[in-house]
Amino acid sequence: MSATTALAPLTGRRKATDKAMRGLLAAATLVALVPLVLVIYYLLKKGLGAWSWDFFTTDPTGNFLGDQGGIKSALLGTIEMVLLASLIAIPIGWGVGLYLVEYGRKGRFAATVRYFVDVMTGVPSIVFGLFIYVTLVLGGWGGSSFAGWKGSIALALLMLPVVTRSAEVVLLLVPDGLREAALALGTPRWRVTMKVVLPTALPGLITGSLLAVARAAGETAPLLFTATIVNATTFNLGDRMNSLPVQIYTDVGSPNDQLVQRAWGAALTLVCLILLTTLVARLASRRSRL
Amino acid sequence: MAATTPDVRRDGRSILERSPSARRADPLFRATLIALAALILALIAFFFVYLINKAQPALSHQGVLSFLFTNDWNPSKQIFGAWPLVAGTLISAAIALVIGVPIAVATALFITELAPRKVRSPLIVLVELLAAVPSVVYGLWGIFVLIPKLKPAEQWFADSFDFLPFVGGHVAGPNYFIAGLILAIMILPIVSAISREVISTVPPDLKEASLALGATRWEMIRMAVLPYSRSGITGAAMLGLGRAIGETIAVTLVIGNSPTIGKQIFDQGYTLAAVIANEFGEAANDKLHAGALFAAGLVLFVLTLLINAAARGLVRRAERSSRPPTKVKAVPGAGA
Repeated sequence: MSATTALAPLTGRRKATDKAMRGLLAAATLVALVPLVLVIYYLLKKGLGAWSWDFFTTDPTGNFLGDQGGIKSALLGTIEMVLLASLIAIPIGWGVGLYLVEYGRKGRFAATVRYFVDVMTGVPSIVFGLFIYVTLVLGGWGGSSFAGWKGSIALALLMLPVVTRSAEVVLLLVPDGLREAALALGTPRWRVTMKVVLPTALPGLITGSLLAVARAAGETAPLLFTATIVNATTFNLGDRMNSLPVQIYTDVGSPNDQLVQRAWGAALTLVCLILLTTLVARLASRRSRL
Repeated sequence: MAATTPDVRRDGRSILERSPSARRADPLFRATLIALAALILALIAFFFVYLINKAQPALSHQGVLSFLFTNDWNPSKQIFGAWPLVAGTLISAAIALVIGVPIAVATALFITELAPRKVRSPLIVLVELLAAVPSVVYGLWGIFVLIPKLKPAEQWFADSFDFLPFVGGHVAGPNYFIAGLILAIMILPIVSAISREVISTVPPDLKEASLALGATRWEMIRMAVLPYSRSGITGAAMLGLGRAIGETIAVTLVIGNSPTIGKQIFDQGYTLAAVIANEFGEAANDKLHAGALFAAGLVLFVLTLLINAAARGLVRRAERSSRPPTKVKAVPGAGA
């Protein structure tokens, strides 16, 4: 930038450049949305055809030929494992978020935690899968090698930094005046946190956590090494467990047209599930008064 | 009522003080929260050490540098030179950045500086929807739609522009370019979101000053917005790089999984993450092979850790330098 020289007079050329660049930026934005439209179009076109009552109510058969069955076990497995993962990740994530905001605004330990949580958000999901694989799966914890709960822990690790970061951001928005008012009334710190800070921030906390849930629901890599894949529906988290992403991944790799068809149907189901969660998350944040 | 509160003492303490049992809860609460925070640090350290430990057999068999830079991945002969995988990871990530970052930054600029106020939030939601599509679905779409539909165009490009470096020759169905393209789509939302965050911290005085001097909108962007947010945008691009390097399933499905280094961008390749996803099943009973895959995971972990640490530093500095200290703004980071 040469700040000392004045701008050239507003010639046609400068106007034209302005117009061209504005057009270019608008065009790039449109280009960015093309894949979204295409993905949704193909999901609906190829996925809706696979949907039927049987599709959701039968397990995959695993037959080499003939009827391949539906996605019941995958759908239920995903829901079960994501629920357990949420039960692990959300309390810990909120707790760490509370620590960072209520006690750790300054200080080296808090800064270190904050830094590593930040960095953890960028660790690839497959690495979390490997972590659980080398420790819990190879170690044969709980009697079996692969198990649904191990998949849940891998997903929980993945969710943890997201939940923590969003919790920290939301808790910071709670006005200090509220905390000080409660403290001035003689309320102990922990009661201020539990009865004033948490309820005030709750809608925002729920939004952040649900977004993390939506992210975890679509993850394949961490489940591949931890819960793997089975055909039958199970409610025992100690067994191998099927999930939508892993089912899709396996079906895509097969040369069977029926399985590919099922993969499209399962993909549409998965995307609907994720969009639904995201929608609920957004609705929750509307109730926030922060 | 007395004007002053009398200091009534019972059991040696003022009645205004909290009872000892009520006081005990506070340090306990604090300790619990600290323990949770420490748990995160401990977990990272534990997993890191454990992974090193499990990768050890392969690393000492092959040697660390030889593992990284030997161009020969042949598990059946117990040769683990991961260079084709490292190179494939870097090539596909580079293609993703070249395609994805300009579009993401343009999107961010358009949304923050040019778009009418009414369409801003719908546009933001749409761009974020790109992040809601799971990796495996992008892979499915890539295999069955993108690869067959783009192949003629790729072949035409390879034939017409074969004078360019790394272009020309036979186009493979799954290839580096397709993987890079899918990765570009996948990193777009996060790069765009962070760029938007950084761009919106540019002080209005700067923008208004340049407009007052007679600059056009674009000149205002070029001379006030971009220079001010350059380091933050660099950070956003690096976060995208971290994502691209670690992305597994979509890439596994569209890169061809051939452990060689292609001569051109339309050749098949392999990445570190893809090799782990593909070979871990067969490697389960082979300590050396499994160790090599853990080593690949270790490389991914360290690489993304370094990139993210640097990127976060850049973004945080860019945001802090412009933000008034009293106002706290949400940073939609990885949530996307």
